[in-house]
Amino acid sequence: MSASVSSVGSWHWLDGAGLEAVIESLRRAGHRVIGPQVADGAIVLRDLASVSALPAGWLDEQDGGTYRLRHDPAAGVFDHVVGPHSLKNFLFPARETIATFTRTDGTWAQAEEPPPDPPLAVVGVRGCDLAALAVQDRVFLGGEHVDPAYRSRRERLFVVAVNCRRAAATCFCHSMGCGPAAGPGFDLALTEIDGRFACETGSERGAAILAAACDTGATLICCTPAEVEAARGVPRDLERRMHDRRPAEGSPAPRSLDTHDIRDLLMANLEHPRWDDVAARCLSCTNCTLVCPTCFCASVQEVADLSGDHVDRERHWASCFTLDHARMHAHSVRSSTASRYRQWLTHKFAGWIDQFGTSGCTGCGRCITWCPVAIDVTAEIAAIRATDGRAPPGGEAAS
Amino acid sequence: MSQGVRPPRSADPWRSHVTRIRSITDEIAGVRTYELAFADEAVGRDYRFAAGQFNMLYLPGIGEAAISVSSDPASRGTIAHTVRAVGNVTAALARLDVGAEVLVRGPFGAPWPLDRVAGRDVVIVGGGLGLASQRAAIRVLARGGVSARSVTVLHGGKTPAGLLYRDEYPAWRAAGIDVRTVVDAPADGWTGTVGLVTDLLTGLPLAADATMILCCGPDPMMVGIAEAATRRGVPAAQVFLSLERNMACAVAHCGLCQFGPLFVCRDGPVLGYDSIAGLLAVPHL
Repeated sequence: MSASVSSVGSWHWLDGAGLEAVIESLRRAGHRVIGPQVADGAIVLRDLASVSALPAGWLDEQDGGTYRLRHDPAAGVFDHVVGPHSLKNFLFPARETIATFTRTDGTWAQAEEPPPDPPLAVVGVRGCDLAALAVQDRVFLGGEHVDPAYRSRRERLFVVAVNCRRAAATCFCHSMGCGPAAGPGFDLALTEIDGRFACETGSERGAAILAAACDTGATLICCTPAEVEAARGVPRDLERRMHDRRPAEGSPAPRSLDTHDIRDLLMANLEHPRWDDVAARCLSCTNCTLVCPTCFCASVQEVADLSGDHVDRERHWASCFTLDHARMHAHSVRSSTASRYRQWLTHKFAGWIDQFGTSGCTGCGRCITWCPVAIDVTAEIAAIRATDGRAPPGGEAAS
Repeated sequence: MSQGVRPPRSADPWRSHVTRIRSITDEIAGVRTYELAFADEAVGRDYRFAAGQFNMLYLPGIGEAAISVSSDPASRGTIAHTVRAVGNVTAALARLDVGAEVLVRGPFGAPWPLDRVAGRDVVIVGGGLGLASQRAAIRVLARGGVSARSVTVLHGGKTPAGLLYRDEYPAWRAAGIDVRTVVDAPADGWTGTVGLVTDLLTGLPLAADATMILCCGPDPMMVGIAEAATRRGVPAAQVFLSLERNMACAVAHCGLCQFGPLFVCRDGPVLGYDSIAGLLAVPHL
């Protein structure tokens, strides 16, 4: 097959060997290839050696405060959904040096930016996480100031997306308009059908990698129009089932969220009694913010060597659930758990819309799964909606 | 909101400039004004800010603090910051002598709306150290940099010795500014007003529609001033408050300074009361 076979918008069949050739081509092009793998009882993102390391036959059972892997020989390579990691762990790492200063003869000098790390390629990115990437792009690239480290990694990122054909009970991407179909924003997107992958080319870089994969021996067979339609139907069918809350056989129904007027609903209910109710359960442990693929809060620590003449400014993830987040001199603006939970939820679902023109939630459900006490944002928002303190439209209070 | 001066979009927002302390002025107890000269003359020549904007002052190994610039924006090569030694960074700053290095990122934030004061009565209300964030604006107004119809400075301190910039009041008055002070705890010999800065506003005749209030101080004091002014008919959109919040980045990336949907570092620190009255009314936001 020649390079001209693949172009943006084209579809080809890849078998396991073909996917292996894609991964090898990415590596030869200088990428550090990351993919989902089973480790420590979860499916995590880490350096991917080969297709055989992907979690074929593994399903994740997720619910509030619950995550369990189950082996099912009938399950495909990508029938798990999202684990605790997301693209955020790689593009906006939990700890990173953002500036370095050295003192020589009493004078400080700031080092030039270090040479960039090798470009990243991530295999198995779902619709919710691709949407989360676009949200973080708005934070770090879309404003008046650009974060140089994020930009460097983002511009060179190669995304092999996957269209979901299964949802966990914690998934509600369909409510947020972020899935289960992946895109836009991928270089290649895979839809797993009968042990093979229908591969859609989403970018020129994707086409180039496919061409390179052909050069290393992969066989690309064009999908017929009917096969393309069938592949497109896979996430579409799942989306319909999610909307109908009609799960696949043997699976729990996914969650859903009514997002109508959600910004105004939350901003009008900043003193709703539900904040105290949820605060009585919330441990303020920060898990939700750590696993959230869009949470971007960070603080900076000074890391000096013993001489004090060499200082790294280290940025690390911060969480609005800590007292330090809003610390002012000797006190914290948000001293109660209720005020901190309110900050997180109203920022994610309301403030974000003012700040970035988009919700901060993509419906990935991680905050529900990884909350040790199973607090469920969809339930909390529904509870506020059910007892909305605002007067109904029309001005007159309900009698 | 008035647009301040920003570092160019292409610049690394984490890049600091080296300055050296040229002079230190002891103001009130625990408060000093540091005059900083840029080590790189070209950087100093090109550095611009608008009154009300702030810099991140950085001491490597210790950390950064967001401090408003208190010098005249028209001056070149040096900037001044009036700082109270209250935290890690500011306490370390207070241990420095003339000639020591202080690194600077900035300027950041929305300035006082001096582009909208022409023909109006400007009332600057500074509670305690809040006046430091207003000195740049006072200097612009004092030299007629913008032509307000009148300028009044209302400044409150705990004690007479706690009134900031006392040496400068004669010059401000000579420039036609009505400077009024009040203290909470008078000392022997104090013949001025006793009370709170809100009491000074009560005693000030206002042409409500023509009045612009520029207020900085503790949150409860600013809310008190804003409520008193709007009760007397000053439109909330003509009352400006300068807020203070925790900050790490100053460029709306770190999220620490959020106040409702606002980033205080970017949308503030100077914000119109019309846009924040509802938020200020919510405890612990």
